[in-house]
Amino acid sequence: MLDSTTHLLSLSGVSKRYGGVRALTGVNFACGRGSIHAVLGENGAGKSTLIKIISGVVQPDEGTIALEGRPIVFPTPQSANAAGVVCIFQELSLMPDLSVADNISIASPPKRFGLIDKRAQRRRAEQLLARVGCEDINPQSLVKNLPLSRRQMVEIAKALGRKPKLLILDEATSALTAADVQRVYGILHALRDEGLSLLYISHRMHEIEELADTCSVFRNGQHIETFPKGTRTDEQVVQMMIGREWRNVYPPKPVRNAPLPVELEVRDLGWEDRLAGISLRVGKGEIVGLGGLDGQGQRELLLAMFGVLRGVTGTIAVDGVAKTIHSPAHAKSPSVGLALIPEDRKTEGLCLPMGVADNISMAALDSMTRGLVVDRALESRKIDEMAKKLKIKFGKLSDAVATLSGGNQQKVVIAKWLLTGARVILLNDPTRGIDVGTKQEIYQLLRDLADAGTSILLYSTDYDELIGCCDRVLILYGGRVVRELEGGDITEANIVASSLNISLTEKAGAHA
Amino acid sequence: MRDIGLRLQQSVGFWVAVALFAILYTLYSSLHPKGWTVDIFVQNSNESFALIMVSMAQTVPVLTGGIDLSVGAMMTLVNCLASNLVSGSPSQIVLGILVCLAAGALAGFVNGAIVVYGRIQPIIATLATGAVYVGISLFLRPSPGGKIDDNLSWVATNAMAEMDTTYGWFPDGAPGWFAHGIGLLPVPILLILIIVFGVWVPFRKTVTGRGCYAIGSSEGAAYMSGLSVARSKLAAYTLGGLFAGFGGLYLAIQTGSGNADIPQAGGYTLNSIAAVVIGGTSLFGGSGGAIGSVFGALTLRSISFCFRVFDTDGQVGFLANPLLQPIFEGVILLLAVSLGAARVFRVKNRLSLFT
Amino acid sequence: MIKSIDRPTLIASGFCVAILIAGTIYTLYTQGTASFIEPTYLLQQLKIAAFLGTVAAGMMVVILLGHIDLSVPWTIAASAMIATAVGGPWAIPVGLGVGLAVGLINGIGVAFLRVPSMIFTLGVNAVLRGLMVMLTGGFAPQSSATPIMSWLANGEPLSVPIGGGHTWGIANAVLMWALLSAALVFMLTRTPFGRYIYAAGNREAAAYLSGINTRLVLIGSFVICSLCASMAGLLIAGYTSKAFQAMGDAYLLPAIAAVVVGGTNILGGQGKYSGTVVGTILIVLLQSVLSVMQMPEAGRQIIYGVVIISMLLVYGRSKAIRG
Repeated sequence: MLDSTTHLLSLSGVSKRYGGVRALTGVNFACGRGSIHAVLGENGAGKSTLIKIISGVVQPDEGTIALEGRPIVFPTPQSANAAGVVCIFQELSLMPDLSVADNISIASPPKRFGLIDKRAQRRRAEQLLARVGCEDINPQSLVKNLPLSRRQMVEIAKALGRKPKLLILDEATSALTAADVQRVYGILHALRDEGLSLLYISHRMHEIEELADTCSVFRNGQHIETFPKGTRTDEQVVQMMIGREWRNVYPPKPVRNAPLPVELEVRDLGWEDRLAGISLRVGKGEIVGLGGLDGQGQRELLLAMFGVLRGVTGTIAVDGVAKTIHSPAHAKSPSVGLALIPEDRKTEGLCLPMGVADNISMAALDSMTRGLVVDRALESRKIDEMAKKLKIKFGKLSDAVATLSGGNQQKVVIAKWLLTGARVILLNDPTRGIDVGTKQEIYQLLRDLADAGTSILLYSTDYDELIGCCDRVLILYGGRVVRELEGGDITEANIVASSLNISLTEKAGAHA
Repeated sequence: MRDIGLRLQQSVGFWVAVALFAILYTLYSSLHPKGWTVDIFVQNSNESFALIMVSMAQTVPVLTGGIDLSVGAMMTLVNCLASNLVSGSPSQIVLGILVCLAAGALAGFVNGAIVVYGRIQPIIATLATGAVYVGISLFLRPSPGGKIDDNLSWVATNAMAEMDTTYGWFPDGAPGWFAHGIGLLPVPILLILIIVFGVWVPFRKTVTGRGCYAIGSSEGAAYMSGLSVARSKLAAYTLGGLFAGFGGLYLAIQTGSGNADIPQAGGYTLNSIAAVVIGGTSLFGGSGGAIGSVFGALTLRSISFCFRVFDTDGQVGFLANPLLQPIFEGVILLLAVSLGAARVFRVKNRLSLFT
Repeated sequence: MIKSIDRPTLIASGFCVAILIAGTIYTLYTQGTASFIEPTYLLQQLKIAAFLGTVAAGMMVVILLGHIDLSVPWTIAASAMIATAVGGPWAIPVGLGVGLAVGLINGIGVAFLRVPSMIFTLGVNAVLRGLMVMLTGGFAPQSSATPIMSWLANGEPLSVPIGGGHTWGIANAVLMWALLSAALVFMLTRTPFGRYIYAAGNREAAAYLSGINTRLVLIGSFVICSLCASMAGLLIAGYTSKAFQAMGDAYLLPAIAAVVVGGTNILGGQGKYSGTVVGTILIVLLQSVLSVMQMPEAGRQIIYGVVIISMLLVYGRSKAIRG
């Protein structure tokens, strides 16, 4: 079906089943030489299974793989590496306590007399770091002392050190700052021009447009279509991904004539050198977005308000009363009434081995306690209520949260905080890595909550989300609020421009 | 030279241990009437050898993020085995020594195999194997006793010069470089140097050895990077067994007998953990090393040395009470680990406390 | 939460029965009596199990948090020694006060200084030992247990006469253990504090961000552990009618083994209290069967180790790492 000689790698009739679930069904897929090939699809579409099969982490049940026209089997990741297939996984594969040089040459270092040659290893690290434009990283420094975005660059250098023919990047830019993203694009294009093939997995549509030569869409474990970049509209691509029309993802925004009463007011907030002079207001029933490039202090702002950071200056007032919030326990207490949906649901939001019910009631147990004892009837009633309200899909309430899909896990986190009856909900990029269907449900939920009087502060790395969901958007740059966008001004052009802190000609009277 | 600064910064714990040892041992030697003499060095190094070895044995599994609660038991096992084997003709002695060391390594390998293939948490797996090894020791040596070659005992626990007098290396009298130079070096110190630079340092520079650090730092990342996690872990526990074997063998040579002393085995295990921590190795794995543990062990030993020399009538006479020694050991351990806690109070983002 | 008995508890119970059968076959063969399944003997074993069970109960709470308390041996000894030294009506409150103080120190060290519990409690154990050695001058204390302590350990208010002047009695120590167990089960399953222990043991960051005061949970758990240890110390002193230097040393490793054999994950977050009770009984039965068989200490140690490893091989294995 596919001419394997012109392609670097081709899969034919590949299927994979986990228990009773079909992860991939009869997939024919090929990626060419010297091109960047993007793979798109919702969560559960089979993208990660595809990568795992190509990189030797799992074996297909049926079908064959051919590399440069020859059939091949990868029993382990090492064998795939040896054949020139190298994968940069979503979870970093760096060892934080080891030096950059050690990490880059971890599995096959240069040796002298059978022992690791530290000098040669260091030179090798310097060369590879230079290749990804990171000469400023000292190969002797420990990975744990590097910021996340630098680590990602080390990861790429490490992968290049394995002399790949095919480089697979799984959400590789999720941890990068904007400057690094541009640099990575440059590097990836240069690598392609050197004849390397790249397989690129991302949720971000605009990245794919900038980067890819060819796109493939997966849905429900099947390969839907492969097409050259630019031959399909965004709507067509999204439709391919979700299998239905992409319409009305975002609930309509209410039209307001009178200003809303202020629920949350932050004045002159500062913390270390990451936040400075931040003032903002969130009205009762309003959804305010936090935007800007990644890493401009948005996460820190939410953590500072939630009492996680030490040494925060400035004031936070809820419902007109100033509060000094010193811990999450204090932040969630009824007198303050904050809730935080944290960045990483797996390590910060949930206790994965514990049951769905235990996780949902975790933050609100105090309110369900009579004397010393948890009122179990009340608890299970409230849990059921939440599970129904959020349409959480699970087998039994006692099943470990780990067994749920990403979207349902995030719903559990949200349910946990809704149970506390919070007045203000802070969300830290809540839809990352979540399928389109669940995203849509979350958007509707946020709007419903706002309509019921809850104030919402939403940080999102996805510009579309800010545009679609928020009544107002604050753009952060270098730990400061540099722009406030409202109503019709919330456009992609405005967000992008203010994110880079470029002043555009302001529309008259758009904001004060 | 920012690299040197970086190196220092990355090994603060190690240098704290070195400084602690230097201070305590200087204090001891200055107070001791025969301080700074070869006799005292010989005596002190004899008393420190087994703990140093057991601490090194503990270090390797700890680096992988594990722990070995059977190091004391493995030491005792080899100690009892040696009291049965290390005597007779020279070739029998050599064979006996080799069998003892192999037994230590085998015990360590069994630990590693249970951890790797049985996938049982190291803390509980080695707790159980420790009981087994103590049991075997009791079979080998139901009551203290046994025999160790006298000449071996003598030379191994004295300065190098005794090698000459015992085995007659220089029939015409020792040359100056030996008599006044290398001959003054206590044999246990020489043995430690040989073991550290002949076994540990090369091991650390192999892919398998560095793999131990990698696993301790992040096991998942190490696996993803194509390292053989199983091989590194097996090597770590086996090497631990070998080091413990050295300790047990030396203890037998030093005391001239074997003793399946259960409380002593437990004491060595607990002290080895303390030595590892004082020596700057993280109990979570990934950073530190066996040389640090050598100084950690020396620090612990120096504390007990000091108690022998405090003048009961002096200003700090109340400190001379040997009954205070356990308190001091505990307090110094607590202080050493609490130093690291300074970081906790500097942390600005409380979330970073949980990783 | 889960009503059904979990697998580790079931297997460990099965093993207890197997030990009893093996022991009975042995005694039938050698002595012609089934002394192992005689109620008097079983009640006696239960009494011995009460001491270990009390220590293991506290240890389990700390292990559920993914921590460990190595200061238990000298918490036992120090409580008993100080209680017997004080004597009179204040003996028990002071003894428990020692446990409370040790627990607070351990908890503060782990929760506020973030020192790994294994090393911090090891240091506290050494300090406690040092203090006791200093107080007693290194000799066995001369004081003896107060009558109340002896009664709490040995008294048998619930006894059934079985004729011939003999009675089947349940010792107070067993009742104390039962009471403690009931309280702990209640705490672990019904109170928010119990839920918080499991949550913090699973993922401390998530618990903290859920607005749980994780420091308080840590300190509270270490206090519970130390209180259990000092309670065991008082009971043991009452049982043997005096306190002695190394009285706690024999309880540390068996207590950890009992908790783990009972199915509690040594890394924290998972485990049921019923498992710890069964684990305790298993360890005590194993020890007593081996001693009745006149197995030399060497063989006992080996069997002990092999049993723990084989039980864990059946149900205590962690997941394999795979991409």
